[in-house]
Amino acid sequence: MSDYLLMAVSAIFVNNILLAQYLGNCPFVGVSKKMDTAAGMAGGVVFVLTLAGVITWTIDFFLLRHFDLVYLRTIVFILVIAALVQFVETFLKKMVPPLYKGLGIFLPLITTNCAIFGVCIINVRKDFNFMETLVFSVTSAIGFGLALVIMAGLRERMATARIPKIMEGTAVTMITAGFMALSFFGFLGMA
Amino acid sequence: MSIVKEFTKGLWAEIPPFRFVLGLCPTLAVTKSVETGIGMGLMLTFVLVFSNILISLLRKIIPPSVRIACFIVVIATFVVIVELVSQAYAYPLYQKLGIFIPLIVVNCIVLGRAEAFASKNGVVASIADGLGMGIGYTISLTVLAAIRELFGAGTLYGIKIMGPSFEPFTFMVSAPGAFVCLGLILCTMNLFGKAKDM
Repeated sequence: MSDYLLMAVSAIFVNNILLAQYLGNCPFVGVSKKMDTAAGMAGGVVFVLTLAGVITWTIDFFLLRHFDLVYLRTIVFILVIAALVQFVETFLKKMVPPLYKGLGIFLPLITTNCAIFGVCIINVRKDFNFMETLVFSVTSAIGFGLALVIMAGLRERMATARIPKIMEGTAVTMITAGFMALSFFGFLGMA
Repeated sequence: MSIVKEFTKGLWAEIPPFRFVLGLCPTLAVTKSVETGIGMGLMLTFVLVFSNILISLLRKIIPPSVRIACFIVVIATFVVIVELVSQAYAYPLYQKLGIFIPLIVVNCIVLGRAEAFASKNGVVASIADGLGMGIGYTISLTVLAAIRELFGAGTLYGIKIMGPSFEPFTFMVSAPGAFVCLGLILCTMNLFGKAKDM
């Protein structure tokens, strides 16, 4: 049990998927302008990543390894993720239209969110078992959501601040992200 | 004339990821050293050019409603080729790049060019576009990697540049340094006009 707890703390804080492993930076820059879209994206990622992590691990363990098809991993995984995202999109369009509108272009882009695909690959490359996969996928997604929401809060404040003209836009976002990553380094002693 | 324009736009006017802010993950992750930066740039160029060719050839056959899925399958195929070839012939580089080789599949630049360019234009123009964007990306990664490696480790492409009394500025090769360094480069690019916002 303590192993899983340690893994969770590590994935959320110490080895944060966004700030320490550099995965999922496009949506990080893209949807962190407003708190509600950031929260929606975070929710979408938690949902999709949990499902994708578990499903890809199952496929890898029972099909690809069994039939010696490991070289097809990349193609199979990305197709599973694409299908899942399509499903989530259809579901949100029907059930939660405001959220669907808010996420706009970035919902289909969850397909090309490196965080999702990256975690699925890490799961199988590190030979995790089923429980480890589940814990790692969920906590990585939470770590991603946490960083995204914090960033959205910072950027909402920054909208009213006076920023030097050449730093406007993505430049200042990246530098802010750098300092956020630095503060997350403070968790290094915990695990 | 327009072919030349399609090629050169990737080198300055829309150079990824400094102007055309996409594909940030590998930009940050593999630029610890010039070697990995160039390696990733070349792999991406290969995937970009060949996926552009194939998608441009198939653009009248692919039904619009499932186009994204089709693009991804095409891209993934070329990524697997790159993955296997690098595993066979450049194993040290393959190990250093780690999960970032399969992650080329989800690099927004490749899908972005497929969607925005190759699915609407002819083969020759698509090759020019892919080649230009790929080379532009390689240049960007090399520049970023050179800065980070020089200050972070005192070397360039593994060769010692700084004198013996140089104290490595390890912040540059860590994750926060990657973000800050990219941010500063984007600032510099802003001096020459506004970047395309995502």
